[in-house]
Amino acid sequence: MFRLRSSQRELSSRRCIRILAGATLLSLVHAIPAQDVPLISGGAGFVTSTNGGNTTYVPVISPLLAAPIGSHILVESRATILDAFFPKGGGQTGYTHDSFLGLDFLQADITANRHMTFVAGQFLTPFGTYNERLSPIWISNFEDGPLIFGLGTMGTAHSVGGMLRGSAASTQRVNLDYAAYFSAASTNEQFNAERSAGGRISLYVPAAQLEIGASFNRLLQGTRENFSGIHVWWEPANSSFRLRSEFARAAHARGYWIEGGYRLDRFGGGQGVLSRFEPLIRMQQTFRSQPDANDTLPSVDTKQADFGLDYHMPHELRINTSYSREFSSSGNRNIWQTGIIYRFLIPTWSGK
Amino acid sequence: MNPRVRFVIAAGTFAALLPLMAQKGPDPQAPPPRVANKQAAHDDDSAQGQRVFKQNCARCHDAPQGFPPQISGTVLRHMRVRANLSARDEKALLHFMNP
Repeated sequence: MFRLRSSQRELSSRRCIRILAGATLLSLVHAIPAQDVPLISGGAGFVTSTNGGNTTYVPVISPLLAAPIGSHILVESRATILDAFFPKGGGQTGYTHDSFLGLDFLQADITANRHMTFVAGQFLTPFGTYNERLSPIWISNFEDGPLIFGLGTMGTAHSVGGMLRGSAASTQRVNLDYAAYFSAASTNEQFNAERSAGGRISLYVPAAQLEIGASFNRLLQGTRENFSGIHVWWEPANSSFRLRSEFARAAHARGYWIEGGYRLDRFGGGQGVLSRFEPLIRMQQTFRSQPDANDTLPSVDTKQADFGLDYHMPHELRINTSYSREFSSSGNRNIWQTGIIYRFLIPTWSGK
Repeated sequence: MNPRVRFVIAAGTFAALLPLMAQKGPDPQAPPPRVANKQAAHDDDSAQGQRVFKQNCARCHDAPQGFPPQISGTVLRHMRVRANLSARDEKALLHFMNP
C-alpha cells in the first residue's frame, strides 16, 4: 500500500542525500573554529613591459583559496589567470593577445606533529627562495623573476607528489627548517610535472637576521641532472635594508642573483609619502655550459642589472617600476617594466 | 663605454652603497595597526608573537593592512606551511594577531 515505484524511491533517496549533504555541510560550517573560516586571497594587477622596443600589456589575477578541514588539514590552491596583449610582429601592425590559465598549486597540508607537515598534491617545488616565497605577484619586487629561476624548479616550478616540511628547531637563537619532496611525472595540462626528488634546508640566526640555506634537487627522468643551490638573506638589525641572493648550478648552466632593497622608512615616520618608496637593485648573471631547450635561462652567457623603484601605497596597493639593462653576446637591450598590484584578503563568509 | 665596464661600475656602486644603506633606521617591519598589539612589550606571549612575525612573515612581504579576525587562524595555517613555522610559533602568532 505504501510501496513506492522505483522512480519515486530514487527521487526520495536523492532528496535524502541532498538533505544529509546539506546538514553535513551546515554542521561543518558550525564546527569550524571562529578563526578558521576559509579565505580567498591573492593579487590582481596590470603590468606593462617594454622589451627591446616592443610593449606588452598584461592584466593578471592570481587568486588563492585556503580552506581548513578540521584541525589538522588545510587545502589550499593558487592560480594565475592573465591575458597578454603584444605587437603582432612580422611587419604587421596592431596587437594580438594570448590568454593563460594555470594552477600554481593545489595541495593538502596535513599537520603530522609540532615539527612536521605532510603536503600532498601539486605544490611549488622547494628550491632556493624565489619560487615559494617571492613569486606571488603581490610580493615580488620586480615584475620579472630572476634569470636562474628555471634551475632546480624543473621547468614547471611545481611538483606532483608528496613533501615533508617543517621547523626542526625554533628558538630565540636559531631557526632550522627543512623541506624534502618527491614528484611523479605528469603530463596533465594543469598538473604538469617532472619526476624528481630533492629538498632544502635553511638556517636562520635571528640575532644577525641572517639566513643561509642550501637546496638540492635531482631530475629522475631524461638527462637525470642534479641541481644544487645556496641562498643568503640578510637584514641588518634595526635597518630598512634587506639583501637577498641565490646561486644555482646544474651541469648545463649556472648563475646567481643578488638583490638589495631599502625601504625609506626613516623619511616621514613610516606613514609619509617618501617612507613608502623602496629603491631596489638586482644584479644577475648566467653562464651557459650546454644548450638546453627546456630551461628558461638565456641561450648565451648573460649579465643583467635591474634598477627598481617600488611604491607601497595604502589600501593594499603597490606600484613596481624597473629598468633593466641586459648584456649578452646576442645583443644588449633595455627592459622597462611597470606594474600596479592590488592585494586582497577576504573571508568566504562572515563566520561567528 | 664597454658594457662590461658599465656592469662592473654598477656592481661596484651597489657594493659601496651597502654599508650606507645598512645604517640604523626605524623598524621597517612594524605590524599594521589592526594586527599590532600596542602592549606587546608588556606581554610575553605577544612579544614572542611579534618576534615570530618579524622573523618569518615580514622578511618576505608587507603585513596585510588588516583582516577580519575570523580568518586569522586560516592565515596562520597557510603561513605555517609556507614559512615552516613550528606549532609554538603558530600559537604565538595567533595570540599576537588576536590580543
